Amino acid sequence: MTLLRYLLTICCLMTLTQPTWGADPLVLSAQQQRVEVIDKVSPSVVAIFAPGGGGGGSGVLISADGFALTNFHVTDGVGDFMKCGLNDGVLYDAVIVGLDPSGDVALIKLFGRDDFPHAKLGDSDLVQPGDWTFVIGNPFLLATDFQPTVTYGIVSGVHRYQYPAAGNILEYTDCIQVDTSINPGNSGGPLFSADGDLIGINGRGSFEKRGRVNSGAGYAISINQIKHFLDHLKSGRIVDHATLGATVSTDDEGNVTVADILEDSEAYYRGLREDDEIVSFGGRSIGSTNQFKNVLGIYPKGWKLPVVYRRKGEQTEIWVRLRGLHLLSELTGEKKAGPKPPPNPEEKKPKDNKAPKDEKAPPDGQPQTPPPGHAAPPPAPEHLKKYHLKKTGFANYYFNQLEQDRVLQGLATWGKYDDARGRWKLTGQVSDQTKFEATLADSGAGMVHGKDAFLQEFGDLAELRDEPPGTGGLLTAWHHLRLLLSQGPKAFTDFYYLGSEPFDGQGETVDVLVGVLAGAESHWYFSRQSGSLLGYDFIRAENQDRCELRFQGLQDYSGKKFPKVIQVRHGDKSPALYQVDAVDFSAPANGSK
Amino acid sequence: MQVSTTRCPVKNFQTATAGWPSRRQVHSACSRRMWLGLVCLALWTMPAVAFAQSSRDTIAAVTPRMVKIFGAGGLKGLQGYCSGFVVSPNGHIVTVWSHVLDQGEVTVVLDSGRKLKGKVIGAEPQLDLAVLKVEAEELPYFDLDTQIGVAAPGTRVLAFSNMFKVAAGNEPVTVLHGVIAALTKLEGRRGTFEIAFPGAVYVVDAITNNSGAGGGVLVTRDGRLLAMIGKELRNAQSNTWTNYAMPLADLKTPIQDIIAGKYTPPVNPLETPEGLRRHRPLDFGLVMIPDVVPRTPAYVEDVVAGSAAASAGIKTDDLVLFVNGELVQSCRHLNEVLGKLEDGSSVDLVFRREGKLQTIKLLVPTKAE
Repeated sequence: MTLLRYLLTICCLMTLTQPTWGADPLVLSAQQQRVEVIDKVSPSVVAIFAPGGGGGGSGVLISADGFALTNFHVTDGVGDFMKCGLNDGVLYDAVIVGLDPSGDVALIKLFGRDDFPHAKLGDSDLVQPGDWTFVIGNPFLLATDFQPTVTYGIVSGVHRYQYPAAGNILEYTDCIQVDTSINPGNSGGPLFSADGDLIGINGRGSFEKRGRVNSGAGYAISINQIKHFLDHLKSGRIVDHATLGATVSTDDEGNVTVADILEDSEAYYRGLREDDEIVSFGGRSIGSTNQFKNVLGIYPKGWKLPVVYRRKGEQTEIWVRLRGLHLLSELTGEKKAGPKPPPNPEEKKPKDNKAPKDEKAPPDGQPQTPPPGHAAPPPAPEHLKKYHLKKTGFANYYFNQLEQDRVLQGLATWGKYDDARGRWKLTGQVSDQTKFEATLADSGAGMVHGKDAFLQEFGDLAELRDEPPGTGGLLTAWHHLRLLLSQGPKAFTDFYYLGSEPFDGQGETVDVLVGVLAGAESHWYFSRQSGSLLGYDFIRAENQDRCELRFQGLQDYSGKKFPKVIQVRHGDKSPALYQVDAVDFSAPANGSK
Repeated sequence: MQVSTTRCPVKNFQTATAGWPSRRQVHSACSRRMWLGLVCLALWTMPAVAFAQSSRDTIAAVTPRMVKIFGAGGLKGLQGYCSGFVVSPNGHIVTVWSHVLDQGEVTVVLDSGRKLKGKVIGAEPQLDLAVLKVEAEELPYFDLDTQIGVAAPGTRVLAFSNMFKVAAGNEPVTVLHGVIAALTKLEGRRGTFEIAFPGAVYVVDAITNNSGAGGGVLVTRDGRLLAMIGKELRNAQSNTWTNYAMPLADLKTPIQDIIAGKYTPPVNPLETPEGLRRHRPLDFGLVMIPDVVPRTPAYVEDVVAGSAAASAGIKTDDLVLFVNGELVQSCRHLNEVLGKLEDGSSVDLVFRREGKLQTIKLLVPTKAE
């Protein structure tokens, strides 16, 4: 008994002096889990500094070859070249890749390793209020030794919509609100789930009278939104967000109706009208204007989304390609060259009357644009210059060239076409069993279809018409295909990699190349999986229904591969199938049509 | 066998430091004789008592009962919105008394996104309390008779509110996590804080009291309703912001009385027989400006002709600064310091007129029984 008492006393003394002995094993294991997650993900966290000091933020690596995400308002302050510290204590060089100014996202690339530790992209649609999160980054630019700061908190809300702050276009849609501390300098850094998955990029906080420090509400751009834009960002472009071409309003009962619609918008062409009730958009049911804006905000310009609307009790589903939200000058900030707005411009109240004040300014200590007289960024490091190419509309055209080269390899399976620069003759049948014969040459294209003949001239003064009528300009579309195959990108006045999108809105992910010629564009769709060219859209003029060509099976025609069947679609018309029986590439360039 | 209801220190330790996941606080009655043994046993064989609800369950249960309130204000620094929570199925909503309610009618946005007109049916500014009514039925609500709880410092809590108007439409309100740091009275009547609520409040370590958060709720992780989040409050001395919430255990009766239509405001202490014996500015011939805000400066509105103050030379618009060497922070504070004076003594008054300080001495009159 004495022994027992002795043991008990010892036991208790140990408890009192070493509290951890008394801690709940569940608590300890939860703590251990947190430590492990922090250890796992911290190496991917980037401390970003301007090359000459004086500014910076946070970022996170997402690939072994060094691509990292951050905020636009971070890179905007530090220039095209930056210094990035990782928690291995090494400072790496980095260059700007792509920018999404209104989504406040930037993609950068670090140099120096091909085995960078990187974060695993999570699924932010699974995030719910109450979930635990980590914010890891460089608040107050403390990480001068590149060891990031970790804060821990919960998700306070999801699918938040935050209006652009006064005087800029930064709009946070469908974002994640956390009570995890986000302070100036955390901008651009990662929001991790409790498991260490990357679920967002921190970029904003609600700041008001307490100064520019965390006041309990921080906001992260959802990683699912960024996934939609990632290939666009890899294109090196300055990418744009989208609009439906229609505005909506919400009544007191939560019905969202079309308030206004542009008559030259695809939504209008597909049948959407004023006062129609929006039931769902992008697969999400819509009960408020903010929900509508949340869906709009997470997709790039040009993506195709389903809209379900109700009119007189009847529901209709349409698929609409989104149009651009901003002018290029707005995205590149060219307007900033003008007189600066007054420091506190009168708040423009958006329609919904729910505008936050400008307390939602990005939390970085850096102003979003260097004030006049700000020192010019130091010159680019000599060994990095080759990784940066300036071009209008691009953050860094160098990366676009890389992507073009990669995607164009998909044409190799079509065979050698550079000897086919002469006249082409396509013969076959259209779905109505009538025969067609098309001739394609540099000076023009013509087609005999049954008893009808169609002609389109090319050249500086030629007007591109809808020939044959009701196709959206099939003759010029074929002309673009002939140019791409026989001459490649240089046949176009502008040619670039756009990014990726789901094929026709709902199919596999396709890489998109764009060729521009004489005011018309072709968007070429290459399978991500096989690399092959699946089809293309020809756009005769902006905001008009496209001529959509989809290839069905390649066939050998005198040593070159060419589609066996081409499906041609335009607007609401039922698609026509062009079955190609023969293609003659042998005629010289300047023969008669 | 002696039975102690004191909680074991080890449990306290757990409550204060426990991370996640958590467990219910166990109020165990420990025999003093068996105390050591029980502690040790508990250490090794700690039963995994899970919360009745997870945080997610609590959030799912609380958010439908929260509302966003939009009303007067919107001027710089004066937000036109606050938070509230539903306490009856037919549309009674509790919120903080503030300028947002000044028009008597507000827009209430339910969790579902429905927008309704709300009318103020009763208020108790001394408790920072107001009750609204919207025309609705079968709303999800907090049952004040069964759902109110109390909690000790160390308890982990969730806070729900419409702070910063982040969730304006049908979005669920903001939820924050934190720990109760203290249950204590704020020194409201000394001018340190501008708070009307006289009782002890929960002070939390989360930044709960933001713009528009007033009228939100503080609940335990397992969903017990603890308190109503107060208005933004700054410590006048340290310039720091305080995050606090007023216990619903104290607000329950006035809320239910307002709903029942039988609420009578508490008796003004100055009107009690004891209060009537205390000295007030008027006893000296001073008429102060109306006490409209918690810290109304002690300006003289008028001086009664022939009074002691008049013969001492006090005039309209003089600002009373010191009474017997004590700094006078407000009209309310002036009442307090004058109330402490003894019949027949004298009082030194320092006031400011046109930037200059002047001192006078007045005799404290004898008050009738």
